[in-house]
Amino acid sequence: MILRKRKMWSAIITAGFVVITIIALFPIVSLLVASFQPASVLMRDGLTFLINPAELNLDSYVAIFSEEASQYWSWYGNSLAISAILIVLSLFFSSMVGYALSMYNFKGGKLIFVLVLFTLMIPFEILMLPLYQLMNDLNLMNTYMAVILPMIVAPIAVFFFRQYALGLPKDLMESARMDGCSEFGIFFRIMAPLMVPSFAAMAILQGLMSWNNFLWPLVVLRSSDMFTLPVGLATLLTPYGNNYELLFAGSLLTVVPIVILFLFFQRFFISGLTVGGVKG
Amino acid sequence: MEKTTEIKTKQDRLYTKPSLWSKIKTSKRIAPYVFVSPFIISFLVLFLYPMIQAFIMSFQSILPGQVTFVGLSNYERLLTPNFYTALQNTTIYVILTVIILVVIPLILATFLNSRLLKFRNLFRASLFLPALTSVIVAGVIFRMIFAESDAAVANATLEFFGFEPLEWRYGSVTAMFLMVTLASWRWMGVNVLYFLAALQNVSEELYEAADIDGATAIQKFFYVTLPSLKPVIIFVSTISIINGFRMFEESFVFWETSSPGNIGLTIVGYIYQEGISQNDLGFGAAIGVVLLLIIFIITILQLKFVGAFKDD
Repeated sequence: MILRKRKMWSAIITAGFVVITIIALFPIVSLLVASFQPASVLMRDGLTFLINPAELNLDSYVAIFSEEASQYWSWYGNSLAISAILIVLSLFFSSMVGYALSMYNFKGGKLIFVLVLFTLMIPFEILMLPLYQLMNDLNLMNTYMAVILPMIVAPIAVFFFRQYALGLPKDLMESARMDGCSEFGIFFRIMAPLMVPSFAAMAILQGLMSWNNFLWPLVVLRSSDMFTLPVGLATLLTPYGNNYELLFAGSLLTVVPIVILFLFFQRFFISGLTVGGVKG
Repeated sequence: MEKTTEIKTKQDRLYTKPSLWSKIKTSKRIAPYVFVSPFIISFLVLFLYPMIQAFIMSFQSILPGQVTFVGLSNYERLLTPNFYTALQNTTIYVILTVIILVVIPLILATFLNSRLLKFRNLFRASLFLPALTSVIVAGVIFRMIFAESDAAVANATLEFFGFEPLEWRYGSVTAMFLMVTLASWRWMGVNVLYFLAALQNVSEELYEAADIDGATAIQKFFYVTLPSLKPVIIFVSTISIINGFRMFEESFVFWETSSPGNIGLTIVGYIYQEGISQNDLGFGAAIGVVLLLIIFIITILQLKFVGAFKDD
């Protein structure tokens, strides 16, 4: 009797989650369908339940792989380059800082950690105009550098690396010192390899943030050939646009690589995107 | 090694250089400062300086090559309907997103943690998937789903239930609905994970004890689950509030920089409009300072609130 009741509840809850999942995935599936529909129909009717199968075609994909779409691919290249540079630099710097904050007792260390937490609380948008002015003064407008510079030492990553390094064995440092290893050697050769899972999580967090970042690149990137994907795609949204084919297939192609990465590295995505949830 | 450093001739100073470097390399005292120097430099140049500059700019009128001190006049200009609208829209948005993005993920996570649910990993991953899209891409889809035509998905659904179709992007209530829905859709799965991680740390014994006392599932949720999750609930609401006040993109994808009757205007949208589009950096900075103040007050209140909880 109790078992039957349990089974019934289990079925009801599972059915409820099927509905919720359909709602959650509906927009993504819609985008996939939309990329096979004529853009003119989409701009007129929006996305409809009833889709005329005869209308489905590969025009959007033909358009996006044609000569005229070279602009889209330059956005893609910019986004890839900016994300890659940012991942390398921010992981390098943030891990050093986080590691030092957890492994060394040094004067001012506590203060620096407090400052890290403080910068974490302050929204970037408040610093945006002075930083915009600074980039202007440094003649960095419309460069990768301007996009990357403010995110290079990410406080969230510093915080994460610090938390992770707290769990590393400190005796390893002592024995390395006895063997004559330098302090930097200890980090780069011994400790950093032990921190690989945290590097993976932060690479995903920083990469995703940079890939999807919008406001700051919008502010500092001025010419279409320098745009990142979100900034470029947003320009296609205007009512005066005539490149709607690029909009749908183009949007889909920005999501697909991330979804594929997610399927392979789910664990790191989850720990990267939920930084500080339990420990913080 | 110590002796060589004392020799002062030019040529010998070159010799002392490698020894200085090796000293730094092996010194437990100096190494941590080298490690944290990237943060210190970036903090000074890319945080502290712009922070101070933001305050200074807010008292200035900034034209190319001509900066003048204007006292509080930028702040006086905030007393306009536009700023009031931005503040109101943002506040409503924050309240709605915080409620939705705490309550619903909490309930979903409770079920996802229960053995009654099958295929838990599959559901968890699917709920998380929207977080991988950028707001711009999400906006592209939402604009198609909530298009003005009667045939579009949202309007067709309304019609199915006997309601009139809506012009989603042109009314203030529906505009707010669009922004909140977009944000909730994207962020739901991440908050579910926060709660799920915390739920897995709640000790089984508490539930067993409750079972012995004959508690129902709902009683267990309110008397065991909720109190154990208090820290993570506070954490999630804090990030939701701060992210809510930072909102810009969810509005931008629907209306770019100008919405009909400012129904999509937010505080950060106003900073962008005035500071970047109109190039009125001083006024934009003043809006930013007010935003900082709001977030500061909320943080203080939150700390006090959390502190008060810690006492009992």
